[in-house]
Amino acid sequence: MNSSLYSDKSKPVLSPASAAAPGSRINAGMLRRMREHLLGYLFLAPSVAIFILFFFYPMARSVYLSFQLTDPRGRVAAYAGWDNYSRMMESSAFWNSLWITVKFTLMTVPAGLILGLLCASLVHSAGKGSKLFRFIFSLPLALSVGTASILWMILYHPSLGMLNYLLGQIGFGQVQWLTDPGAALDSVSLMTVWMNSGFPFVLLLAAIQGLDNDIMDSSRIDGASMWRTFFSIKLPLLSPTLFFLAVVSIMSAFQSFGQINILTRGGPAGSTDVLVYSIYREAFINYQFGTGSALAIVLFILMLLLTTVQFLVLGKKVHYQ
Amino acid sequence: MKAFGHPRSPYRLFSLYGLLVLLSLLVLAPLLYLLAQIFMTPDEASQFPPKILPSGLYVGELKNAIDTVPIFGFILNSFVLAVSIMVLQVLTAALAAYAFVYIRFAGSRFWFALFISTMMIPWEVTIIPNYLTVKSWGWLDSFQGLIVPFAASAFGVFLLRQFFMQLPRELFEAARIDGCGHFRHFLSIVLPLSGPAAASLAVYVFLNGWNQYLWPLLVTSSDAMRTVQIGIAMLQFEELTSWNLVLCGVALVLVPSFVLLALGLKPLVRGITAGAVKG
Repeated sequence: MNSSLYSDKSKPVLSPASAAAPGSRINAGMLRRMREHLLGYLFLAPSVAIFILFFFYPMARSVYLSFQLTDPRGRVAAYAGWDNYSRMMESSAFWNSLWITVKFTLMTVPAGLILGLLCASLVHSAGKGSKLFRFIFSLPLALSVGTASILWMILYHPSLGMLNYLLGQIGFGQVQWLTDPGAALDSVSLMTVWMNSGFPFVLLLAAIQGLDNDIMDSSRIDGASMWRTFFSIKLPLLSPTLFFLAVVSIMSAFQSFGQINILTRGGPAGSTDVLVYSIYREAFINYQFGTGSALAIVLFILMLLLTTVQFLVLGKKVHYQ
Repeated sequence: MKAFGHPRSPYRLFSLYGLLVLLSLLVLAPLLYLLAQIFMTPDEASQFPPKILPSGLYVGELKNAIDTVPIFGFILNSFVLAVSIMVLQVLTAALAAYAFVYIRFAGSRFWFALFISTMMIPWEVTIIPNYLTVKSWGWLDSFQGLIVPFAASAFGVFLLRQFFMQLPRELFEAARIDGCGHFRHFLSIVLPLSGPAAASLAVYVFLNGWNQYLWPLLVTSSDAMRTVQIGIAMLQFEELTSWNLVLCGVALVLVPSFVLLALGLKPLVRGITAGAVKG
């Protein structure tokens, strides 16, 4: 019964080509599918080429270089084994630079998020003039690390700078903002929070404006106080945005370089020697590409761990609508 | 809490606006200082105690900055760099995103995962080998060296893919029935429709390119190739510089960014919100 169905030559066919010769139908279909596969790869090709050349190959080469000694021109001179890593682990400069990176992150990320949340909530509650304030708080988005650092370098100038002058006017002593090892990291962090304040503000304001007003209103009608509404309703609803901002700002704090290079060059006494600056110093000032690569691999592993932990721990508390 | 009373009580309004004014002064202060400084004469700028406001709108220092520092050269270099990276990244991202959404090909899931994994690699980790690569190709101190490594981005692919997936599928099927191939579908239907998402990505990529610091610092060495961020930071080392000359340079560099911010803030926010938070 079934076999008669298959052998039935009068079965309706889709294309005239397959009617002519049963074998060519398979070929045409396969060809079309092959063409589709090829097209897919053709469309991907430009991106894949860039990723291989400038992400995957250098990633592998970083690992390779981290086990080598190199000459100043970057050519491999000798196999070093784990020496680069063990010397790194033994050096106090490495642990210092890890600790500085963590401190810098702790000083800039929470402050930036809280400032952004505060400004965004206030602007959202303001009626008249909210556009003006929104404009002001998003202005720092236009800043770049070069311009902001130069501006603050002049503000921080110990004898002629505006900050010390103002401090003097209200009766405080002079602060050696960038040359006192106890103050330099705070100064760089302050400037960084200011420079980066636009992004959290803009995203959080957009998120707050996107919240469902009905929920806010009904909670207010139910007699919830402003703070209660904020902490038990607004904050959970904003958690996806806050989570995203936390991940992005922690990553960018770990990658900070420009302001350190311009303002302090890692000094004084290593007090602002963040990890990326120490990579730069090893590789491009001391020309130790091997140890520089070992530091880079540490940075990679740290960021991977951090991101994973954030997604596992913080991510669970995020409330997606 | 009770003290705040009714949402529109005078006390609450007062504290709300008080706090807003205070915070905006803190954010604005360094920029206002910059604005005041650029209109001062060199004498006024170097006075102590420092002058808060200029006595008039003196533009001599701005002119001086333009004459003594190749500031327009820096701006032009950064502009070429940022626009090239922007065009290339939007194009490569659109092609790849199109493939992931509309073309069925073997291993597309694998490739997508691989693309996303590049977002996990901080750029600084690859900077030493990339520097050595660019050096070995003789691309140091050239536009290719500045631009090509950034010609593709996983973030862009991800953002545009999210957008393409929201385009009505019927359009695609109708086009196919009409015999429209992938290239034509891409060029004449998908690209024109992806304007908003492409604009978001473009603004984001442009700003990132304009603000690049570490890579241009490594690969450029001549004044003729310096970008704004490096050029402006170099000003502090020149002997000729009085403070407000440097600040005039800073102000000139900030102008294009402020213009772009005014034009591009909305698409930028929309794009990042759509790509990152609703992912």
